[in-house]
Amino acid sequence: MTEIRDILETMEYGPAPESADIARAWIARHKGRFGHFIDGAFVHPKRAKTFAITNPATGETLGEALQGTAKEVDAAQAAAARAFGGWSALPGHERARHLYAIARHVQKHSRLLAVLESLDNGKPIRETRDIDIPLVARHFYHHAGWAALVESEFAGYGPAGVCGQVIPWNFPLLMLAWKIAPALAAGCTVVLKPAEYTPLTALVFAEICQEVGLPKGVVNIVLGDGETGAAIVSHPGFDKLAFTGSTEVGRIIRRQSAGTGRKLSLELGGKSPFIVFEDADLDAAVEGVVDAIWFNQGEVCCAGSRLLVQEGVAEAMYAKLRARMETLRVGDPLDKAIDMGAVVAPVQLERIQRLIKQGIAEGATCWQPSGAVPGSGCFVAPTLFTGVDPASTLAQEEIFGPVLAATTFRTPDEAVQLANNTRYGLAASIWSQTLDVAFDAARQVKAGVVWINSTNLFDAMAGFGGYRESGFGREGGREGMYEYLKPLWEAKAPPATVAPPLPEALPEPGEGGSGFDRTAKLYIGGRQARPDSGYSYPVPDAKGVLISEAGLGNRKDIRNAVEAAHKAAAWSEMTGHQRAQVLYYLAENLEARSAEFAARLARMSGSSVRKAAEEVAAAVARIAYYAAWADKWDGAARAPMPRMLSLALNEPWGVMGISCPDEAPLLAFVSLALPAIAMGNRIVITPPPRQPLAATDLYQVLDTSDVPGGVVNIVTGDRDTLAKVLARHDDVACCWYVGSAEGSAMVERESAGNLKATWVNYGRARDWFDPQQGQGHEYLRRACQVKTIWTPYGA
Amino acid sequence: MVDARRLNQAEAERVETPDLHRRNPGMPLTPELFAGVRVNRSAAERRAATLVTRRTVKKEWQAAWLVRAIQCIDLTTLAGDDTTGKVRRLCAKARRPLRPDVVEGLGLADAPPTVGAVCVYPTMVPHAVAALEGSGIPVASVATGFPAGLTPMPQRLAEIEYAVAAGAAEIDIVITREHVLTGNWQALHDEVRRMREACDNAHLKAILATGDLATLTNVYRASMVAMMAGADFIKTSTGKEAVNATLPVSLTMVRAVRDYQAATGVRVGFKPAGGLRTAKDAMAWLSLMKEELGGPWLTPALFRIGASSLLTDIERQLDHYLTGRYAAAHHQPIG
Repeated sequence: MTEIRDILETMEYGPAPESADIARAWIARHKGRFGHFIDGAFVHPKRAKTFAITNPATGETLGEALQGTAKEVDAAQAAAARAFGGWSALPGHERARHLYAIARHVQKHSRLLAVLESLDNGKPIRETRDIDIPLVARHFYHHAGWAALVESEFAGYGPAGVCGQVIPWNFPLLMLAWKIAPALAAGCTVVLKPAEYTPLTALVFAEICQEVGLPKGVVNIVLGDGETGAAIVSHPGFDKLAFTGSTEVGRIIRRQSAGTGRKLSLELGGKSPFIVFEDADLDAAVEGVVDAIWFNQGEVCCAGSRLLVQEGVAEAMYAKLRARMETLRVGDPLDKAIDMGAVVAPVQLERIQRLIKQGIAEGATCWQPSGAVPGSGCFVAPTLFTGVDPASTLAQEEIFGPVLAATTFRTPDEAVQLANNTRYGLAASIWSQTLDVAFDAARQVKAGVVWINSTNLFDAMAGFGGYRESGFGREGGREGMYEYLKPLWEAKAPPATVAPPLPEALPEPGEGGSGFDRTAKLYIGGRQARPDSGYSYPVPDAKGVLISEAGLGNRKDIRNAVEAAHKAAAWSEMTGHQRAQVLYYLAENLEARSAEFAARLARMSGSSVRKAAEEVAAAVARIAYYAAWADKWDGAARAPMPRMLSLALNEPWGVMGISCPDEAPLLAFVSLALPAIAMGNRIVITPPPRQPLAATDLYQVLDTSDVPGGVVNIVTGDRDTLAKVLARHDDVACCWYVGSAEGSAMVERESAGNLKATWVNYGRARDWFDPQQGQGHEYLRRACQVKTIWTPYGA
Repeated sequence: MVDARRLNQAEAERVETPDLHRRNPGMPLTPELFAGVRVNRSAAERRAATLVTRRTVKKEWQAAWLVRAIQCIDLTTLAGDDTTGKVRRLCAKARRPLRPDVVEGLGLADAPPTVGAVCVYPTMVPHAVAALEGSGIPVASVATGFPAGLTPMPQRLAEIEYAVAAGAAEIDIVITREHVLTGNWQALHDEVRRMREACDNAHLKAILATGDLATLTNVYRASMVAMMAGADFIKTSTGKEAVNATLPVSLTMVRAVRDYQAATGVRVGFKPAGGLRTAKDAMAWLSLMKEELGGPWLTPALFRIGASSLLTDIERQLDHYLTGRYAAAHHQPIG
């Protein structure tokens, strides 16, 4: 026993262990052997392969889990599919009761869950107890509410169906909650695979599902590694896939699921900036860094891993940071007074150590506190790199460990430039005591979550998810619910009739004769441009008689159009009212030329002039509809914590690619173009290849309506050829494609390069004249990505 | 199992020998050291809220920390009905804050702990000095028109001189809140400077009455100015404001102490007062000192807790530590 008199000399903290007895008793009750949870029961297939479950702090084997195969995935999917009918048909109120019961049971077993999570993952008991598990309960409470409200709040939508969900090891139970709660609220059923390193709390959760009497098959849990995950992703029976994990795997999932018609949400990696302006409260920012990169051993997708400090305060900030690092305690995760526990597994430890070595080799200055880390177990000291240049590995690669890479900046503009100099876009933390400075940066950073004077805050009512290659889709809040819902009409949509690809661009004999020869060129940057190819293709009328020729756009025309669209950034900065004025003017000018457009449409399609006039009138109305929306697609202001404003802003993607369908050549064109530009996007749009002339006739209308050059760029040519270039373009943030099933698959597959968001029709038709199908919230929602800005305040 | 005691070498660094007599000489008013600082309230509150969840002490460590808390208490009576008898009783408690059986059980019989000081009104100083004679326990006196401080300057200075002459070794002065609320830093500096001179050899503890200062930025700036004027301690509250010592306010003040040390090399003490009533509170504030300032501030030379009822709760916890039974307040001798 240590003498009190001795402690009075040193004033050390001493050990403060949390007992793991009950968690160990729980493991013992399962004899340390864990099977899958399928159709309401735990199953242990004979002769199944197993993998060890290890405590990374000690290397101790906690038990073993079965490796799920395609067979178990199949059984789980079948159970979920059987359960779907009954579960989705339950009144929302009944589903809400189940979710509410789950939340209550999570609270009742909170300490068991916290201790197990810590044992299994290596994260400090303090974090599981104070952060992970309370957030899990909160997520189910919040979504119990959505279950009750979904019918009225999401009218016209129904559950996405049977969901396959694959989650990571860094927040095992919390990620489960983020996946399962909205799915169940929406009326979906799920098959979820926890990470192979951390399956235990998911199995307690399975028991909770039994305890609360959740109908069998609504939640199924299959254990296993990446192979099992791949079996879920490739199983044809899922209507929705949700994945949280690495960008690398996210890309594979995007490619594998391309064209299957499944909804997909991806929450991927990050290299999030932590920006400290010269007027920040530096002591506060230092604690922010602790919460940003030394939270959960830095194994956080939204970790603030790039410290950007204004030059004038950089040395002061670093000095405070180093002093603070000296007091961080690294050690036994079950010690209640530990700041950092163990990283999840030896392989992760090696990866972090390798990247630290590489950082040193690349010339950055490495600093670690003098305090020792335990000699055995997967422990890494908190690490600060200063003088990190933007090109270095440390600044670019996600380390997923307690390693902070610091760089200085001179001006607010440079801070934003450095912050955005990454392929990721998950989160950003901004520190300044000046509202103007902080908000200016918050609006400009490309990140789905922005924390002003705070970091790593989460709540079920606030959406979470990334920009750029950090994925797409949101978790939490109203925006998160859409990931598990789909418009009801889509289920009944018939296949679209899609014209075959364009024939060779050979000259055709035409009418000639009266009037000047009119050539439909491309429309790029507000100017008509000849196609780079130097070829034109014939545009015959319905009877096969040549009307005119259209430019055969190619990859370089798309490249030029994207560049022009990027230059038109001022359009995104305009107010909704300013955009609305331009768009109303566009409607006015189109209406003035109704007869001409109707004649053109009638000639191209062979329909009656009356029918064509109806399409023009519908197009005019649709333009006016989105002009009306331009200043009304509001975000949300929420108060997830006392003295905290969380703003959900609908931000435009930036530059979008849009491929138009064959039908309704004018109406479909404006139905797709208008919501995009009304929300502030600049677009590169390809008109229907065989009936492009209504779109090319619009050039003059766009010009006379003061639509700034570069906002709408029109490239005629073969749809899928051009769509492929757009989908593969790394500087296009989102692609909409309406065409064939094959083209849809191609766009989704090719979009994996920069993980751009896509919206495709899988070859299904929609009635552009029907307001439910041809316009509305779905379009506006798809034209934006939600940025959540957290702003604490207090005098 | 990881041996938590091996974890942090910095932690094993032994607490330095306190130098009770090293005064803060002060410095001219230097606004550039504080004018640009703006304290973010939400961040300070978050740090304060999580600091107490990040650190805890158990078993013998907890017992030792509780003993240290006792050693840092300025055992206080500042009531209108204070009498000689009441002050004598308090002083007796200050000499023997723990029952002999508890002291024995803790293994501290050869050096029984005493409190840091006894804190009284000026007219009670002679009684306290007499009662504490030979104990080595200093007497602290509030002064300068405590608690509002809105007494003319000559009277405030005379009050200090009276208390010092009566044997007070420490003077807890109150500042003029108006100077902070109007940003009149020169006036605040002058005021504290003159009080410091009047203290002569007695240590000056500057009560900022943070509950009246409204913002943490004001608290930070007032802390810096008081230290620049030569305060040996900065203290949160009189105990009479609507809000007394809170962790966010204390965090702000100890960060100012840290910044002042970085600028001058001088260590200034910190004293939270008012509202600390439980052993758990005392542990929270000791953790705050250890985390934000380090070992030297875990001694009575640089850390005091102004309290009257806190001691009883600590006694009960130590009683529980030794017996394993939850203790009754009436088993602890009152002061």
